[in-house]
Amino acid sequence: MPMNKARKLTLLAAAVAALATAAVAAAGTNLSLVAYSTPKTVMGKIIQAWQQTPDGKDVSFSQSYGASTDQARAVGQGLKADIVFLSTGDDVNLLVDDGLVDSKWSRQSYGGIAADTVVVFAVRNGNPKHIKGWADLVKPGVQIVTPNPFSSGSAKWNVLAAYGAQRRLGKTDRQATAYVTKLFQHVVSQDSSGRNATNTFLAGKGDVLITYESEAFAARQNGQDIQYVIPRQSMLIELPIAVLKNSGSKDVANKFIRFVKSDTAQNLFGQYGFRPVNKKILAKYAEKFPARPGIFKIDDKYLGGWRTADKVWFDPNKGRMVKIEQAVGGPTSG
Amino acid sequence: MGFVTTFLSLVVLLPIAALVWTSGKHGWHEFWTVVSAPEAVAALKLTLGAAVIVSALNAVLGTITAWVLVRDDFAGKSLMNAVIDLPFALPTIVGGLTLLALYGPASPLGINIAFTRTAILLALMFETLPFVVRTVQPVLLELDREAEEAARSLGASEARVFRSVVLPNILPGILSGVALAFARAVGEIGAIVLISGNLPFKTEVAAVFVFNHIQSGDQNGASAVAVVMLVIAFLLLLAIGGFRYLATRHERHA
Amino acid sequence: MRRYGLRGVAVFYLVAVLLGPLAMVFYRAFERGLHPLWSSLTDPNTIHAFKLTLEITALAVPVNTVFGIVCALAIVRQRFPGAGIVNAIVDLPLALSPVVVGLMLFLLYGRTGWFGSWLQGHGITVLFATPSMVIATIFVSLPFVAREVVPTLRELGDEQEQAAHTLGASGWQTFRRVTLPSIRWAVVYGVVLTTARCLGEYGAVAVVSGHIEGKTETATLRVQDYYENFNQAGSYGIAIVLAAISVIVLLAMTLLRPKEEIA
Repeated sequence: MPMNKARKLTLLAAAVAALATAAVAAAGTNLSLVAYSTPKTVMGKIIQAWQQTPDGKDVSFSQSYGASTDQARAVGQGLKADIVFLSTGDDVNLLVDDGLVDSKWSRQSYGGIAADTVVVFAVRNGNPKHIKGWADLVKPGVQIVTPNPFSSGSAKWNVLAAYGAQRRLGKTDRQATAYVTKLFQHVVSQDSSGRNATNTFLAGKGDVLITYESEAFAARQNGQDIQYVIPRQSMLIELPIAVLKNSGSKDVANKFIRFVKSDTAQNLFGQYGFRPVNKKILAKYAEKFPARPGIFKIDDKYLGGWRTADKVWFDPNKGRMVKIEQAVGGPTSG
Repeated sequence: MGFVTTFLSLVVLLPIAALVWTSGKHGWHEFWTVVSAPEAVAALKLTLGAAVIVSALNAVLGTITAWVLVRDDFAGKSLMNAVIDLPFALPTIVGGLTLLALYGPASPLGINIAFTRTAILLALMFETLPFVVRTVQPVLLELDREAEEAARSLGASEARVFRSVVLPNILPGILSGVALAFARAVGEIGAIVLISGNLPFKTEVAAVFVFNHIQSGDQNGASAVAVVMLVIAFLLLLAIGGFRYLATRHERHA
Repeated sequence: MRRYGLRGVAVFYLVAVLLGPLAMVFYRAFERGLHPLWSSLTDPNTIHAFKLTLEITALAVPVNTVFGIVCALAIVRQRFPGAGIVNAIVDLPLALSPVVVGLMLFLLYGRTGWFGSWLQGHGITVLFATPSMVIATIFVSLPFVAREVVPTLRELGDEQEQAAHTLGASGWQTFRRVTLPSIRWAVVYGVVLTTARCLGEYGAVAVVSGHIEGKTETATLRVQDYYENFNQAGSYGIAIVLAAISVIVLLAMTLLRPKEEIA
């Protein structure tokens, strides 16, 4: 009888599923890591390294990678997370406002930051369009790839770096904003995440990809035919890591976060193209990560920190990016 | 019967209710504002335009393929017949990947259409290929050849025979297939997502628009466009039902 | 001449759109040798992805098979007003985008959804977990068994069943001994189509899964994951496994297809 057989099959499948879940649960703690789109490789290594330590033995990880702002929103909608590793403090603030992360997260060691990187221009091998600085991006015929600032953390850094660079060169607020508009007129693609933008660029679209130094590094490490340029006026990208207030394994999660700032992990970051927050270890990689005198941070006086920058630039209704996108015919939301 | 209605209500009707309610909960004016936002309009225009082109192509190519399968005979025909169903059997994302392999950045033919609207058309052609073929085939098979012979013996050209004798009979079949293909084209995402680049305003179809806006928490925008897609789906189902009725009309009168 | 012309068009069309790309994927998968292919396919997260796909399919197929048969019986044998509407509702998943399905589940089971607070209060996770993926897969693969059984039942007529009734057979006995054997091949064909649809589901699960590696990634989602993480070999590897399964499904479809369609 199909009824009985079907019912039996369903029960059997349910039993299998239940056993499987039980098996997973039985094997020690499981930490859910929700991260932005690009650090999968390095986090894989750091997790492996931690699992060799007594703190990390028997701890398994569930990992999800995606556009930073989208991931923050997903956590808000119920995506299980013990730890978030996002690409902007802005996205962590989203979770603070949702009541999911402690508002004092940035008082942790290193300001709650796991690693740094900088804004770079990835170009085709040989740099055929001779792109060196921000002024070269708006030359006629230059096509730019950058993600969508309403869904991607990388895109937010790019916008603020573009604006900040102009201000530090002496331009007024209005002139600098006009520059950002001009920049977006050259943008030919706005993917939802930094990683998607990388893939778009690697598939042949655009002359320059504005991205993380770590991402350009990763692409090259994977045999892709690109090189990258650090503009003189660039922005320090600080990548925050935080524990969730409702995590069922807070102690273990905090231990992992402490490990992420330890020498072992910081070395791994350095190896995989991220700038360690630990100054001593950063010094070891000085050649790999050239310093630029013009590097500025989110707390720069022209940007005013994430809360201000978010309100001014990325507010979904009144932010400057909304007007700029409307002017250039781009997406006005994620 | 009770089982059927309960099951359908839980699985199908409840979710639809949630969608319709969410898109309309702020009133008609708000809905209109959201659905007429530039990005939404661009996505819907692109989707409908692509669906129209693909359906028209399918009407022609699908009919030709069905004709060849029914009226012609050659080695490998049964293989060809089996292959038609491949888009039904293959996961859509694999379909997109196969197109990317042959017509993408590393194309051995030197044809790279990734991130273009052509890529969308190609992906949709892949996924809608079987529909018209499979709706026209049975009709062609059943067709009485006598009328065609009669017309030929009266001196009509092959084209005339097709136009006046065959076409009217297979037209409902073609239209059914076209409606199915259109519905599929409007909703397709898997085959498109890897090859089209999903660039807003350029290659972002309605399905990708909805996807992106769900991810970014814009449930209003996503729901508005989704409701439009739902309405289109319903209308197409009505049309398909209508064509089916027309197609079996001669059976009922026989 | 015209015949060769038409034949040429048809063959070219199929090769350009279907067969050529498929062949290319098999070639690409083995291009860099067996090692990258093997290591991607044996990655524990990939194995889990295949397992998850099979688990979800193993749940959705029986549910939709039972529903399909019962629904077909109701539509064809019990003349009731609104049979046409039921038919249309059952067909809806064929015409509706899977992404819209995912959105609808968000609106029901998300934190701000209709059941959101109730689910949270009871500690039940639906979204970003397997339950929502199963529900989504059931939705999108709903119509196939019903659609295959309905025309068969219609054609058969119910004289035999009525005869069984007058001979004193109970409802169950009639179903098992008379109805079921006569619709057997329609059911099998419908199950094959349902299974193929479940194995290949992407759009709806992409929306609700949360892309948690090793937890909520199906095989189809893993294809995208590998592709986006510079691992094309892995992507093509999973693709050819899925393609191989599809070819088997295709064979089953060809052998079982209702006779009227084969020339």
